[in-house]
Amino acid sequence: MKALAIVLGLFFMQAAAAQSTLDTVRSRGAVLCGVNTGLAGFSQPDSKGVWKGIDVDVCRAVAAAVFGDATKVRYVPATTQQRFTSLQSGEVDLLSRNTTWSYARDAGLGFNFVGVNFYDGQGFMVWKKLNVKSAKQLNGATICVQPGTTTELNLADYFRANRMTFKPVVIDKLEEVLNAYFAGRCDVFTTDISGLVSVRGSRAPNAAEHVILPEVISKEPLGPAVRHGDDRWFDVVKWSLFAMIEAEELGLGTKTIDQALQSKDPGVQRFVGATGDLGKMLGLDNKWAYNIVKQVGNYGESFEANLKPLGFERGQNALWKNGGLMYAPPIR
Amino acid sequence: MKKSLLQGVALAAVLALGWYLYSNTVANLAERNIATGFGFLRRESGFEIGESLIAYGAADTYLRALVVGLLNTFQVAGAGIAAATVLGFVVGLSALSPNLLLRALARVYVEFFRNTPLLVQLFFWYALITEALPSPREALSPVSGLFLSNRGIFFPLPGNVPVLEGFNFLGGAHLSPELAALLAGLVVYTAAFIGEIVRAGIQAVPRGQVDAGYAIGLRRPQALRRVVLPQALRMIVPPLTSQYLNLTKNSSLAVAIGYPDFVSVVNTTLNQTGQAIEGIALIMAAYLTASLAISAFMNWYNARIQLK
Repeated sequence: MKALAIVLGLFFMQAAAAQSTLDTVRSRGAVLCGVNTGLAGFSQPDSKGVWKGIDVDVCRAVAAAVFGDATKVRYVPATTQQRFTSLQSGEVDLLSRNTTWSYARDAGLGFNFVGVNFYDGQGFMVWKKLNVKSAKQLNGATICVQPGTTTELNLADYFRANRMTFKPVVIDKLEEVLNAYFAGRCDVFTTDISGLVSVRGSRAPNAAEHVILPEVISKEPLGPAVRHGDDRWFDVVKWSLFAMIEAEELGLGTKTIDQALQSKDPGVQRFVGATGDLGKMLGLDNKWAYNIVKQVGNYGESFEANLKPLGFERGQNALWKNGGLMYAPPIR
Repeated sequence: MKKSLLQGVALAAVLALGWYLYSNTVANLAERNIATGFGFLRRESGFEIGESLIAYGAADTYLRALVVGLLNTFQVAGAGIAAATVLGFVVGLSALSPNLLLRALARVYVEFFRNTPLLVQLFFWYALITEALPSPREALSPVSGLFLSNRGIFFPLPGNVPVLEGFNFLGGAHLSPELAALLAGLVVYTAAFIGEIVRAGIQAVPRGQVDAGYAIGLRRPQALRRVVLPQALRMIVPPLTSQYLNLTKNSSLAVAIGYPDFVSVVNTTLNQTGQAIEGIALIMAAYLTASLAISAFMNWYNARIQLK
């Protein structure tokens, strides 16, 4: 009962005069980052036990901004059901765990979503041998799904709207719900398309046995979230993410950022902290953005390294200049 | 006088601590803009539940979803207690059988199942059902109308035989893999403990009682039924109650294998509403009530079978 343990936190937590999250993080010497228990490309430990993924890169970017050292992160893996309580109760400083930004979560759970690091949508993966070509043919199907997700709600909505029925098999742990699907307990596994591509590429005993149906039934903007009530920390996490996106737009990457220190472009000079005092406004080192790009890379590099190998295309997640939705407000 | 003063102070301290915890929690929740209260129970749940004893759909309320979960828990606990008791008595009596093979089997059964974790056993049963059985389209049908597949077991009812339609069977009675695995795990595990309790209870009846039974011409089964068991029951019932309570509480391990019991439905609810404290409080209240009810019944039964 991990949920119980973290609920207890809410009983004893210091109320009003709580320390700012940034100070707490500094004195602790590490960012506590809530991540997925293991979703390839988003957050998963590699063979050496090092966490990798685009969600993990957000954690690392925040650590680079705060400490100038992207390794100062402690990862706290959470299931879909544990993630919100662990953020609410202060067990983690931020949640970077392929979590959909929705109205109810923003307004009712006491969170602030800082932005979007992956634009996604919900889809269905089915056994190829069932010969299903469209989600409209899924009437009566047994569907594996994780509880406490927007996926679970969209699924019910979609079937109601299309006057179809289904049998859910609801298991919290990704590992176990996938075992059930791959054992044939379910006809369908549903989650965000990114998740489907990821598990088909990394977990399926034989990827060719599964097809992802063409229908995308929802908008799933995935992004990092922090607790309500600490605007400074909210800003730090928000701009750490934006710095990665802005760096890609400025053409700054891990390899080129050092040359950029000599750049004559005033925008680049401000970004790397050679001029101005943008870092101070956030209470950070003036080279905060330089450190992010130097140690973590820009958004495009993170995408290339983590998601490309699994077969992801940039699509909606390309920069706005290239026809995608990734857009950072100006850093100036 | 001094004593009551001390007790008064202690009581005040406990109340003050309780008040502090309560107000601090409410303040924390309000500060973080986290919703509180049980108003959410009347809202539409928006999620489906895999199996239900009453009519339920995503358009129903959270309250109804929780009732579905509670009934599912009661179903598992009730069926589990009945089956574990029968199996437990069989194991306990076998352990005392004059037949060496039966005795050895009972011993192995008890030691094996009570010394491996229940969760592992549940995963084993669940994997056995979902991995070993074929898909619905290749379902095994040992008897006409009875179908075994990784969607569970479909039984024919009079005038209502299951037929394969689309993805799955329709009609007949259905035992899902989740419920089957959960029941198998709970029953087999708890029966190992009950077997030991039964064996110990019987052995606690003085040997002279059995001899006295033989002396008045009873055979072994008769002596067991009429002389030993009534006395042994008085020793068996109190620890048996604990096993019933354990089984009921252990049924919450259902979440691991996807059976929609009360804990599973509450977990989903608290996640969709963000109201973890209310959710945990509901779980505690439900299990406490169920446990106290079982205890009360067993205490009544225990009092009834005592020598007056």
